[in-house]
Amino acid sequence: MTTRRDFIKSSGYLVVGVAAIANADPFTGLVVEAQGAGPYPDPDFRQLDSWIVIREDNTATFYVGKTDLGQGTGTAFRQIMADELDMPYAGTSCVMGNTDVTVDQGGSGGSDALQTDGYPMRRVAAEARRVLLEMASARLGAPVAQLTVADGVVSVTGDASRRITYGELVGGRKFNVTLRGANTDATSGTAPIKTLQQLKIVGQSPQRYDIPAKVDGSLKWAVDVKVPGMLHARNVKPPVAGATLVSIDESSVRSVPGFVKVVSRGNYVAVVCEREEQAIQAARQIKVNWQKPATAPFPSSEDLFRYMRQATPATSGNPVIVGNPDSAFASAAKIVEADYEVPFQGHVSIGPAHAMADPSNDQLTIYSNDMKPYGLRNGVAQFLKMPRDKVRVLWMEGPQAYGRTAADDAGFEAAFLATELGRPVRVQWMRQEETAWDTKGPAFTVKMRGGLDAQGNLVALDFEARAADHNHLGYNEFDTVLIAQLANMRRAQPARGGAATPSEMYAIPNRRTTQHVVGLPLLWETPLRTGNLRDPNGPQVTFASESFIDELAAAAKADPLEFRLKLLTASTTDDGGFKRARSIATIKAAAEKYGWKPRPYPQPRANGEILTGRGIAYTFRSQTVVAQIADVEVNRRTGRVWVKRIVCAQDCGLVVNPEALTRVIEGGTLHALSRALHEEVTFDTEKVTSVDWATYPTLTHADTPETIDVVLVNGDPNPNRPDLQHYGAGETVCKSLIAAVANAIYDATGVRLRRVPFRNARVLAALKAAGVTSA
Amino acid sequence: MANFTLRVNGRTHTVDVDPATPLLYVLRNDLDLHGPRFGCGLGQCGACTVLIKGEAVRSCIRPISGVAGAEITTLEGLATNGRLHPLQQAWIDEQVPQCGFCQNGQILTAKALLDRTPNPSDAQIRQGMNSTLCRCMTYYRIQAAIKRAATVMATARLGSDSEVIA
Repeated sequence: MTTRRDFIKSSGYLVVGVAAIANADPFTGLVVEAQGAGPYPDPDFRQLDSWIVIREDNTATFYVGKTDLGQGTGTAFRQIMADELDMPYAGTSCVMGNTDVTVDQGGSGGSDALQTDGYPMRRVAAEARRVLLEMASARLGAPVAQLTVADGVVSVTGDASRRITYGELVGGRKFNVTLRGANTDATSGTAPIKTLQQLKIVGQSPQRYDIPAKVDGSLKWAVDVKVPGMLHARNVKPPVAGATLVSIDESSVRSVPGFVKVVSRGNYVAVVCEREEQAIQAARQIKVNWQKPATAPFPSSEDLFRYMRQATPATSGNPVIVGNPDSAFASAAKIVEADYEVPFQGHVSIGPAHAMADPSNDQLTIYSNDMKPYGLRNGVAQFLKMPRDKVRVLWMEGPQAYGRTAADDAGFEAAFLATELGRPVRVQWMRQEETAWDTKGPAFTVKMRGGLDAQGNLVALDFEARAADHNHLGYNEFDTVLIAQLANMRRAQPARGGAATPSEMYAIPNRRTTQHVVGLPLLWETPLRTGNLRDPNGPQVTFASESFIDELAAAAKADPLEFRLKLLTASTTDDGGFKRARSIATIKAAAEKYGWKPRPYPQPRANGEILTGRGIAYTFRSQTVVAQIADVEVNRRTGRVWVKRIVCAQDCGLVVNPEALTRVIEGGTLHALSRALHEEVTFDTEKVTSVDWATYPTLTHADTPETIDVVLVNGDPNPNRPDLQHYGAGETVCKSLIAAVANAIYDATGVRLRRVPFRNARVLAALKAAGVTSA
Repeated sequence: MANFTLRVNGRTHTVDVDPATPLLYVLRNDLDLHGPRFGCGLGQCGACTVLIKGEAVRSCIRPISGVAGAEITTLEGLATNGRLHPLQQAWIDEQVPQCGFCQNGQILTAKALLDRTPNPSDAQIRQGMNSTLCRCMTYYRIQAAIKRAATVMATARLGSDSEVIA
């Protein structure tokens, strides 16, 4: 699988001056303006001026190549950079993701904003401080060692009358300081970053600066971009996946008021009109003849898991073997086996895909909410065979889609249509189109097998996963997005995803871990192509692995929490105990907050209509550890599951903004709860049939837990170490929650659910089969 | 095409559009308002919500011909004299939004709810807000913000009552 690191650029750097940057400065004007003349060479990450501008009034603007998908990363970037600079947070602003003025940090993805990209930001800010202190030393006639800096004001220690502001030192001028580093991530000056003990703004919780404009209606979103002469486009999708375009009857839409043009390329079809509602009307009305594919594109969703189990894998990873699992199973006192199933789940953005492209001045500007604007820029340039310098992407706020815009179909479509029409074109997908045709989180089947010895110790574990992840998109490559597939500009082989393996630190002496990718019959132009959905494989894999740990605990007649701690406390050789120590601390923190006391699992079944239970699950992602405990109420008459309380403990190292992080954890946890309870892509053998919010239900206000307790943990064995790291925080909580809910349902009912989602009908059927429906 | 006169946020506008045009496109594309947004076009999600005569209305399925002359309020019109509505302030105090795309509908649906039920129970909030969807799943904070705003508004009413009595 390609990673975004493959896209680090290698040529064509050019310094962007202060004047050019000022066009996109929130202190001086809007990001969205009429297209500049271009061309748009890459900002040079090795120039300090590309990252930081300081003005005469002693305010600063930071230019970073990330995007904020609603988690407050922009606020965090300001905090870490202001802290390194010794400037007040309030005197800073942040510009993100405009490819012509912000260095290429890849945009967003992989929860790496702070873990990876935060460090070059800190280093360049520290370097700016070092340079400013040298300037101040010359101006004040005192050695740097005798200078004190606070809130952007440098003074001579012990003589406050000798002072000068950053604005007075460099305001409105360039630093002209060259940085070093083989790539953007490695960007560095010579100044060290601050130690944990020196940080002041990091760890505070300034309110997110983006929120006021989101609640007073003043924010201009990517959906709001409008320029003179702009046209509106809507797509016409094949009615059957894999259908071939035979003919278009353009006369069927010529009478639509405002009609401009029908554009097609291969099996890609769009209509373009003067007004938005006209384009919608034309797309509904147009007569297009399609030929169905000779063979069914995929099995129906009812038949999916049988198909996946029987299919010959497209790829199989080599099994990872620890110890001797076969002999350990042969001598085990008890063997437990279980199969788990997770369907395709959609990104299903609250606002469908959209972008506007403006081809004025023989350049191309794309206004987009793409989380990876640099990938979009490169991809569009290749797709349209344009020089990169003629293309820029201006990132703007948009509906959150948790990975959807990493395969930014609408951005490519708008660019294509704008060049075809020679006018600015705004394209937006319709709801049914988005829900049916967005990228999907891959479906999984997981077979688990565990062996316990006579004392109930877990001595052998077998994990074998199959993922329907045969055409995986996620980096805006020009030959992967849907319009490229439909227009037959596709690569020889699709990029296959991979079936991930469990992320835990359990010491199990004998293990075998195997992963396969299976394909569906239709490889290209399929609404079941996959993408990075908020930890691409973690929720599926962890549902299986952490449910199964509880099945083993039940078989061993052990408390699930104690069973886990025992597996973690045992000695392992990897990771020096670091991640294991943090795993133990995080689980214990969750247990303490919850008030967990050991008891039989499952508990004896209660009387009454509502059965209650608790469940725990734990995981990590990269270096971030999460433990979640869910309290559920199961209605044995209706099958409805309500998760009443969730405790979520997370150790992501150094926390930049505790309040903002808490909101991220709450939202991510509930997103996972939505996937646990409701979400499933359905399809027949021709098309996706879950196409709107009625057929693809998600979590609602009524499902919301009564209480969510977030516990931020620092489980580092040396919690005050000066170089305490900030790890990624966005996605880990999505991984373990589904298992925590399943484990709680088992505790409440004694019934084990091994198939996601836990919709009322499925729960009720399972309860009926187990004779649990009557009190 | 036909002329329609709209009252939006206290201002009068005349537009020349097809009578079947959903109100949403007129608000966004002709009146340059960014509060109401397209989410589904089916009246299912609430992202396009506006207030008409105090009721939360889904503008994506309301033809322009049916709302001519009605008093329409969008998110931009909720503040008075530059002062945010208590719900908007509560949204900031609770730091509710993640991406924020749905919050127009959440805030305006909550406004209609509190106008009807000034001191709602948890169950009434869940019921009243239930068909307004958020994909970032900020429901927990939305509900907290509604309770916070209800308290603030109740206190303000008490204050104004005592002034009348005095």
